[in-house]
Amino acid sequence: MTALLEVQDLRVAYGKIEAVKGISFSIEEGQVVTLIGTNGAGKTTTLRTISGLHQPTSGSILFKGERIDGKPAHEIVRMGLAHSPEGRRIFARMTIEENLLLGAFLRRDTPGIQADVERAYELFPILGERRKQAAGTLSGGEQQMLAMGRALMSQPKLLMLDEPSMGLSPIMMQKIMSTIAELREQGMTILLVEQNAQAALSLADQGHVMEVGRISLSGTGADLLHDESVRKAYLGED
Amino acid sequence: MHELPQNLVNGLLLGATYGLIAVGYTIVYGIVQLINFAHGEIFMTGAFGALSVYLGLGSGTSMWIAIPLMLLGAIVTSTVIAVLTERLAYRPLRNAPRLAPLITAIGVSITLQQLVWGFYPSAKSPRVFPSLPGGPFHIGGVLIQSADIFVVVAAVLSTLFLAYFVRATRTGRAMQATAQDPDTAKLMGINTDRVIVIAFALGAGFAGIAGVAWGLRYGEIKFDMGFLTGLYAFTAAVLGGIGNIYGAMLGGLVLGLVQNLTAIYIADIPGMSQFSSQSWSSVWAFVILILVLMVRPQGLLGERVADRA
Repeated sequence: MTALLEVQDLRVAYGKIEAVKGISFSIEEGQVVTLIGTNGAGKTTTLRTISGLHQPTSGSILFKGERIDGKPAHEIVRMGLAHSPEGRRIFARMTIEENLLLGAFLRRDTPGIQADVERAYELFPILGERRKQAAGTLSGGEQQMLAMGRALMSQPKLLMLDEPSMGLSPIMMQKIMSTIAELREQGMTILLVEQNAQAALSLADQGHVMEVGRISLSGTGADLLHDESVRKAYLGED
Repeated sequence: MHELPQNLVNGLLLGATYGLIAVGYTIVYGIVQLINFAHGEIFMTGAFGALSVYLGLGSGTSMWIAIPLMLLGAIVTSTVIAVLTERLAYRPLRNAPRLAPLITAIGVSITLQQLVWGFYPSAKSPRVFPSLPGGPFHIGGVLIQSADIFVVVAAVLSTLFLAYFVRATRTGRAMQATAQDPDTAKLMGINTDRVIVIAFALGAGFAGIAGVAWGLRYGEIKFDMGFLTGLYAFTAAVLGGIGNIYGAMLGGLVLGLVQNLTAIYIADIPGMSQFSSQSWSSVWAFVILILVLMVRPQGLLGERVADRA
């Protein structure tokens, strides 16, 4: 079985500073894979390189068996890879509905787009209630919902979520995590980057621990949850 | 005895022309944060493009046929030159420090001026531009030339078109998204390089129309006509709130009014008569700019930079 996404010996540098120092991992269709690790471990850089916002210095990225490293970001989106970026990055001055429609920018099937907008409102009813409101007026958690809804609008084969729980209240975080679980049930393939290792590992089929640009440990979500070094380093246990 | 209505009308007409040019500064700045100092020259080349078309038509052609063709010639000339400068001069500097493209823009400005000066036939001195038939008309004591009507129609239609384009078309939404957050726009599948080219082309098209309007109103065009006019239009864009297309138009109108009214009414203030000449009108324009920016640094219609948190 070929993987949906295959990252091989990926290296990424900002000037002379190497942020990602040769990592390899893959994602099978229908899997939830998580990258966990502290700030500065290279998780966000990895996602931004996969989606084409950064160019790798070496290594390769295969999506659906095709090389995508070096392709411009907008062509990678077209292949079915959606990326909900760190910090949510919603278009604050546009309405919620306009944000969702931008997520479907490459689609031309107006009825299908409308149906998916309605589905996003079903998934996150608060967005539906405020559809004509400027997105910048939403709370952090609601903005995260919008960012996820917007990423789903492209009908992706692979959804990459960067720190969806960042800065959220415990209740909001739970809501976001249960939505990710719901998407997994529907068969969505997800690459999840999180600092909240507990929540991410409980959801994930596979997990990789990143430390200063390298993958230091890999395993199933359950294995990593019970791994002593992970528990010490990331789950706050002595 | 001054005639206020006449001066208001003259100011608004001058301002509408500034506004047409200012739109180009503001669209490009809104998307790539570049002050394209060569934009005044894009306006100038548009006027020369229109003149070339006129000269190619032969003397018997009716102005009703000539004007649309001249407009087309102006828009095509301006757009082609703007797109070429973007590709050759600015795009290679996309990730360079901001000062590099800014200085490049000044270089492009000088280059374009000198190319027209050196290679356009008899362009070393002003070239006569055709005028519109008909007029002048007297409307309520105000004297209006045919060219003035052209300016009003061009400015109104252009602004309406732009408002529609940015709000209601797919490309317009892509432009808004790119202006707000280019990286995230890419993640939506927007080809931001293409959006940048469209921004340059759109601004250039309006500058080309302004070039025709300028030629028709003043009867002659010159290789360096874009320099000072471009500077005023840039001032208008900042005055209105750089990045805001309605602000560019409003800023243009305000600036046009200030220049016209100060040139005349300053003399009525006791002891100020020596500051009322035409050469002082730029001083008053920039004084207004400084005053507005002291009170509202974001310009009249400018928005505060949106939070990206």
